Amino acid sequence: MLPSSWPMLSLIVWLPIIAGIFVMWFGAGRASFARWFALASSVVVFLLSLALLPAFDTHTYAMQFVERVAWIPQFGIHYHLGVDGISLPLLILTTFTTVIVIVSAWEVIQEKAHQYLAAFLIMEGMMNGSFAALDAIVFYFFFEGMLIPMFVIIGIWGGPRRVYATIKFFLYTFLGSVFMLIALIYMYFKGGSFSILHMQQMPLTLTEQVLIFLAFFIAFAVKIPMWPVHTWLPDAHVEAPTGGSVILAAIMLKIGGYGFLRFSLPITPDASALLDSMIIAFSLIAIVYIGLVALVQNDMKKLVAYSSISHMGFVTLGMFVIFMIAANPLNIGGSGVRLALEGAMVQMISHGLISAAMFLSIGVLYDRLHSREISTYGGVVNTMPWFAAMVVVFAMANVGLPGTSGFVGEFMVILASFKANFWIALLAALTLIIGASYTLWMVKRVIFGDVQNEGVAKLKDVNKREAWMLGSLVVLIILVGIWPNPLLDLMHATIEHLAQQALTSKL
Amino acid sequence: MEKIYLIIALSPLIGALVAGLFGKQIGRAGAHWVTNIGVGISFILSLYAFYMHVWGGLPTYDATVYTWAATDAFHFDIGFMVDRLTVLMMVVVTGVSLMVHIYTIGYMADDPGYQRFFSYISLFTFSMLMLVMANNLLQLFFGWEAVGLVSYLLIGFWYKKETAIFANLKAFIVNRVGDFGFLLGIAAVLMYANTLDYATFFERLPALASVKVEYWPGVEWSLPTVIAILLFIGAMGKSAQVPLHVWLPDSMEGPTPISALIHAATMVTAGIFMVARFSPLFELSDAALSFIMVIGAITALFMGLLGIVQNDIKRVIAYSTLSQLGYMTVALGASAYSAAIFHLMTHAFFKALLFLAAGSVIIAMHHEQDIRKMGGLWKYMPVTFVTFLIGSLALIGFPGTSGFFSKDSIIMAVHASQLPGATFAYWAVLLGVFVTAFYTFRLFFLVFFGKERMDAHTRSHLHESPKVVTVPLILLSIPALLVGFFAIDPLLFSDFFEQAIVVMPGHDAMTHLREHYHGALAMMEHSLSSSVFWLAIAGVALSAVMYLLMPGTLPALFAKVFAWPKRILDGAYGFDDFNNAVFGGGSRLLGRGLWRIGDVRLIDGLMVNGTAGVIGATSMQWRKLQTGYLYHYAFVMILGLIGLMTWIVFLR
Repeated sequence: MLPSSWPMLSLIVWLPIIAGIFVMWFGAGRASFARWFALASSVVVFLLSLALLPAFDTHTYAMQFVERVAWIPQFGIHYHLGVDGISLPLLILTTFTTVIVIVSAWEVIQEKAHQYLAAFLIMEGMMNGSFAALDAIVFYFFFEGMLIPMFVIIGIWGGPRRVYATIKFFLYTFLGSVFMLIALIYMYFKGGSFSILHMQQMPLTLTEQVLIFLAFFIAFAVKIPMWPVHTWLPDAHVEAPTGGSVILAAIMLKIGGYGFLRFSLPITPDASALLDSMIIAFSLIAIVYIGLVALVQNDMKKLVAYSSISHMGFVTLGMFVIFMIAANPLNIGGSGVRLALEGAMVQMISHGLISAAMFLSIGVLYDRLHSREISTYGGVVNTMPWFAAMVVVFAMANVGLPGTSGFVGEFMVILASFKANFWIALLAALTLIIGASYTLWMVKRVIFGDVQNEGVAKLKDVNKREAWMLGSLVVLIILVGIWPNPLLDLMHATIEHLAQQALTSKL
Repeated sequence: MEKIYLIIALSPLIGALVAGLFGKQIGRAGAHWVTNIGVGISFILSLYAFYMHVWGGLPTYDATVYTWAATDAFHFDIGFMVDRLTVLMMVVVTGVSLMVHIYTIGYMADDPGYQRFFSYISLFTFSMLMLVMANNLLQLFFGWEAVGLVSYLLIGFWYKKETAIFANLKAFIVNRVGDFGFLLGIAAVLMYANTLDYATFFERLPALASVKVEYWPGVEWSLPTVIAILLFIGAMGKSAQVPLHVWLPDSMEGPTPISALIHAATMVTAGIFMVARFSPLFELSDAALSFIMVIGAITALFMGLLGIVQNDIKRVIAYSTLSQLGYMTVALGASAYSAAIFHLMTHAFFKALLFLAAGSVIIAMHHEQDIRKMGGLWKYMPVTFVTFLIGSLALIGFPGTSGFFSKDSIIMAVHASQLPGATFAYWAVLLGVFVTAFYTFRLFFLVFFGKERMDAHTRSHLHESPKVVTVPLILLSIPALLVGFFAIDPLLFSDFFEQAIVVMPGHDAMTHLREHYHGALAMMEHSLSSSVFWLAIAGVALSAVMYLLMPGTLPALFAKVFAWPKRILDGAYGFDDFNNAVFGGGSRLLGRGLWRIGDVRLIDGLMVNGTAGVIGATSMQWRKLQTGYLYHYAFVMILGLIGLMTWIVFLR
């Protein structure tokens, strides 16, 4: 057991950044050293984040492992970190995914490998920081800061249209977050503190709430992304190297969802309740419209990118359908609110695993044949049977088959939505058909069939490194699918508190 | 008993995992031993559980194995409910599965995917057991989708065949359409009953019986009707009822043993089982029962008709499966749940038998499945011939065979039903008897009698299949022949399903049957003077005339005279064409339109790049105002970062 006096969260946030700078400094021309060092530090950070679990008290919603010192006292800015049942699972997802990403880059990235790895380590620290931040400015710093390494990753190791993609990605997300900054500064002037917890308790009029809500909404809707501000994501994914896509899909999108939970719902509950139908509508459009768009993609990464947007629709649906659940007179007992919120959380974690797995699988193929086009492949199972077996597991998880993590969140959100309104549940449940269609049609064209061409005939099955990387995701996806309860146990207290905050009027 | 149930469910899973993950290490023999033993243990223990529940006086078992998720006010559990309905299903599932496991050793002997195949069918057995043993809707849905997954994997088992991988995709998606309704049904149960446990749900049902819901302004539905129909949509997918039947004929692309196990005997009956399990709910809604009866009747008659024009030996049997599933569904609609389960059981045996016998023919014919190229096989393969005959007789309901008792009971029950649609259903199932007899014996005569139409090479190699193939045939023909005679009394006319199945007064078709029932022998005797029997004989006779006596002239003449109806049948009523054009083509068209117009032109073209233009024009003004602040801000942040890092690294 680690001593409780250690600043655990600071270690988890800054260790990867320091390691990243170190790798950048000393890794030049020593690729092997850079790889091993990056791997070792990411594993250490992952273990550190796991070490939080036994000490984490699941019976309280209060922030834990809190660290707080004045940073810029003139402006009431504190270096204030802490985690609760919402941020801890996302933090662990981040540290785990980073290990996987570093493994995925092993022999693949030859050009400036040390810089590539450094960028990921620094980004890991930034992402951990935004999940652990309890001060709005600290959050904003990490929230914006993580754009830079991602910008670099896509811009240097990306595909042919990387410049367009990076600019679009950067402007979209940057413009979105500027509004958030304005809202944060407004609340600082009003309440005299940048503490997020303080903001959550701050009384606000409806007009103020609506404006603040919209400012947050723009920032988080772009990040997650929601229809109609989603078009940066497919472009960014297509151009990003495998590792970039994995982090983007598995973690970065989640920060949008996390923002809704940490800021929008508790700070502006009345505005959330007022504008919930807008978000529900956007979510349902994402699930149906984007699902149909995914169906006709010819580029595997684009397809999975659209599939991600569609799946994130369940996250936003679960978060904002709660007001209709609570208001539904037919819903005796009013239960279902926490089901929806926890469903949204599980969907985020699960999508982190599944989208990572899907993008890594595409990466495995891309490394071999340098194409993401579905038509390049066909009959991969003949030459890569183990790979094919794992892809089928990932595909089934993407389809939301029971027994995989993909099922849990969708199931919870659909069941909860029915408690709000029959038609919302019906539209959301269409994903059963649409999701199966686009995912399995792709699997049919890529994996199954006779060997389509010489390229496929020469494919080699996954090597040990790839097998471990994908295999660990298979295990996690199935584990969460057959026994999600431990994961939910982490969240109960926090979600209960959050539900109460969201449903209590500030007026 | 708890441990025994767990072993029953898990031993096939262990077999599947070992054969699947370590197939290479344990080899072919290792794979078939480990899976056969796994399913064998399951079968023997299922028999024991059956004995304990039926004769040992064991009460209904209902307990949680583990909590899957406890969230909000809800408990989602994995747990078992074992009563007489369950143990009957367990014996049928593991019994047929064991026969298929043994048979596979012979049938797949030369296949490179031998271990994988055994892994899949054992995984299927596990999933199917989870489905029937569930004590709540979550686990039912888990099993429901898991059997769908294995079905998907097995239809596409020969993944190099383009038709196979098209068929499995189609099967999965069509089933998903059903599951879409099913999941909404589950959500409705949670919404109104706040539980997914069967027992608790049934307890809370009386309070929900009179609830009205209004999902469309002005249109009021009774809640039980809504839930029942939503759940039944799931059953329509899994049990292949019109219009969600389209995947089942195509599923014949998979290897024959799984056509027997999954697409005839067990998985496709999951929907029937589910409705019987939910009889307390379905009983509350006459509208839902009528709907079920009509859908079943349409399936029973019209899918049977399609069997007449098929020339692929497996497709004939597949359409016959559809039709027989229709019979079971009709029985459900008539509240004759026990008759439906009875037919489910007899059908499982005789249809598995027919498929496996067909497989034996296919082996002999070197994987030729076209019955126009067969003929005269009876003298080459006597065991297959006799067992196929037994299966055929059971299928047409020849008095004394198992199919006779179950099918006649269904027809009588429908006759006694008072619900709207019952008259139509009665005539449909009655006519269906003639159709069934005709296509069954058309197949039988074309395969085993008449001219030997195969090529000389195939003919010179014709011989009976090996023992691993014929022994399961013989073992299955025993229940196919006899189980009806012995089971009809206890299953239909005693209180066998007393706790498991609920029938409301007013839906008492079975009570009516009981009044007219004077024992199995009397039933056989009585049938000789009934229209059902003579319709079957007429069907057999017609096919004998056409395919035995005048095979050269009559079929061709009929095809000419009935050219127009034949064209409709050949096109299978156009379901596939319609689905491909409207749903397949439509969704792709819609997707492409939304993408090209919505995403690319409107959002990116107009909004994103348009905004960029506007911003570009005004940015000069804005920059004057803002650059200073941003720069300042960034500078402070960098300073802060450095300060913080210094503090962390050096001072603390």
